[in-house]
Amino acid sequence: MIYNLYIFDKYGTLLYYGEWNRLKQSGITKDEEAKLMYGMLFSLKSFVNKISPIDPKEGFLYYKTNKYALHFVEVSSGLKFVLNTDTTATGIKEFLLQLYSKIWVEYVVRNPLWTIGTPVTSELFKTKLDEFVKQSALFGPKVI
Amino acid sequence: MVIYGVYIVSKSGGLIFNLDHNVPKIEAERTFSYPLEINLEYEPKKVSVVFGQKDGINVGHVLVSVNGIVANGSVLEDGRDVKEIIESKENYPLTLKFSRPKMTTNEKIFLASMFYPLFAIASQLSPEPKSSGIEVLEADTFRLHCFQTLTGVKFMVVAECVQMGMDVLLKRIYELYADFVLKNPFYSLEMPIRCELFDTNLQALLEQVEKGGIASI
Repeated sequence: MIYNLYIFDKYGTLLYYGEWNRLKQSGITKDEEAKLMYGMLFSLKSFVNKISPIDPKEGFLYYKTNKYALHFVEVSSGLKFVLNTDTTATGIKEFLLQLYSKIWVEYVVRNPLWTIGTPVTSELFKTKLDEFVKQSALFGPKVI
Repeated sequence: MVIYGVYIVSKSGGLIFNLDHNVPKIEAERTFSYPLEINLEYEPKKVSVVFGQKDGINVGHVLVSVNGIVANGSVLEDGRDVKEIIESKENYPLTLKFSRPKMTTNEKIFLASMFYPLFAIASQLSPEPKSSGIEVLEADTFRLHCFQTLTGVKFMVVAECVQMGMDVLLKRIYELYADFVLKNPFYSLEMPIRCELFDTNLQALLEQVEKGGIASI
């Protein structure tokens, strides 16, 4: 099951937030939540780099709690994708990379009306993303 | 089967125990000619590689020795300055040895207290109600397993990614903690664990797991 998706740029700006099956709100504004999330990712990355016994290449990949899993993919330009799913989901990294190349590059980067570093407001992107997420096998209720 | 380390964090977030186990030593020595093809950053406490990784010398590695003489930060053991040696042409060819920086005890304490808020934020940002904190954290080089007891003490094991059944191991470590630390009359809660019996038993447990697998405990 896919809960929600955050897209950050290399400076920590929240470019896009998408939500599907989220069952609990954090009780703070989206703006605050994005800052908290980015701060946590930033710390996680440095934590992982320090505690790693051998030289990491990609570094942090995901963490799991008893209820959900947070998957993290960063592309070379510093764009960060964060996807929350249930704990049994697999192959999220490939999914996010697909999302990057098929949806983000096509409908955001190739959109001349989008200014780099600003939140994405394009309706086309939103619908395409929604389609892409809903088509994936990961979406839908948890298989127990 | 490789376990890299065990950490125990008290309920207030302080590191009370850590054990390095089987941490691989990553070192590379090479002879360089002038000019140096890697970029170094000189800081008083360390000289590290910032650009140009090659032949096992990676970005982030720190300088260990110059021509076999150990470097303490930016100064060699014989008192000479590293930067001066590396930047003057007449000293070449130079043999430099680099290694992945070892974590100092201070850094470990720092990391342990850093994990504490991460653990808490993970449960706050949860999209589902009543989530626990981080239980498993995976990177490409290791997997960290965390088990929090009802009293708030956290047990963490850093192991290879393929390692299974770490939750069983964590519970076994908890058992050892209950037996040899909490029943020790000389141990005061929240303080660093210095109990010989705990050390030896934990060591034995880790060796057993590495040799015979998780099923052997």
